[in-house]
Amino acid sequence: MEITALYYLVPSLIMFCCGLYGFLTRRNMIAMLISLELMLNGVDLNFVIFNRFLFPGQMEGMIFTLFGIALAAAETALAIAIIINIFRWVNNIDIRELNQMKF
Amino acid sequence: MDSVGSIILFVIVALSIVVFSILAVTTRKILRAATYLLFTLFATAVVYFMLDYQFLGAVQIAVYAGGIVVLFVFAILLTSHPGHNSEKLASKRRVLGLIASLAMLFIAGGSLLARCGALSVTKPDVATPDMNQIGTAMMGVGEGQYLLPFEAISVLLLACIIGGIVVARKR
Repeated sequence: MEITALYYLVPSLIMFCCGLYGFLTRRNMIAMLISLELMLNGVDLNFVIFNRFLFPGQMEGMIFTLFGIALAAAETALAIAIIINIFRWVNNIDIRELNQMKF
Repeated sequence: MDSVGSIILFVIVALSIVVFSILAVTTRKILRAATYLLFTLFATAVVYFMLDYQFLGAVQIAVYAGGIVVLFVFAILLTSHPGHNSEKLASKRRVLGLIASLAMLFIAGGSLLARCGALSVTKPDVATPDMNQIGTAMMGVGEGQYLLPFEAISVLLLACIIGGIVVARKR
């Protein structure tokens, strides 16, 4: 049996869909951020798989994933700073009750 | 032809990615969700190692598993009580999310299967980029070299540090 590119792509697709489900259904802001990390990770995995299987010898996909990881780290740090600040102001991070800036 | 060991390793890694990412979005304890996210990120790093991108796997473990998950755990412990269950979801919202993600799964999976021929390539046997090549690609200004994005991301990280301090500091 040969492990082809398709076999690698299926887990990353399922990871992305799990992230989508969590992002739509979760109420806690940190849980939404965790789902967002799952989605980003699935996309990163896709870049690497296409780079390795379809364009071997180049490294565009790998470099893009490196930058993606750095961006994800920056985004998470800033989002957690914002969430902790919100928690300090309203003592709650449930998105249903954070609707003062909604309209 | 792949060896039996690599097939077994791939099956274990793929199953753990699927199971732990489903658990991470369905568990009701938020700290457990962060732990399952950690396991998923480790399994992704193993996939990078299996595809011969050793540097990328090391970066994944160092930045994601070592940095981001620790940030998550600190933020969870600061903002919620440990052992606290999040309340059950309203079924309407859950059904909507399930429909959206299943539609995504079927559309993307269908288009993957439609290109089954183009994607059923085995792993080409080429030398993967070593550290020397990666460093040259990051620091050069020629074609296929990335000095400008590298510098842009350093400015972004500086802005992120300043923003984090300004947003989260006590007034």
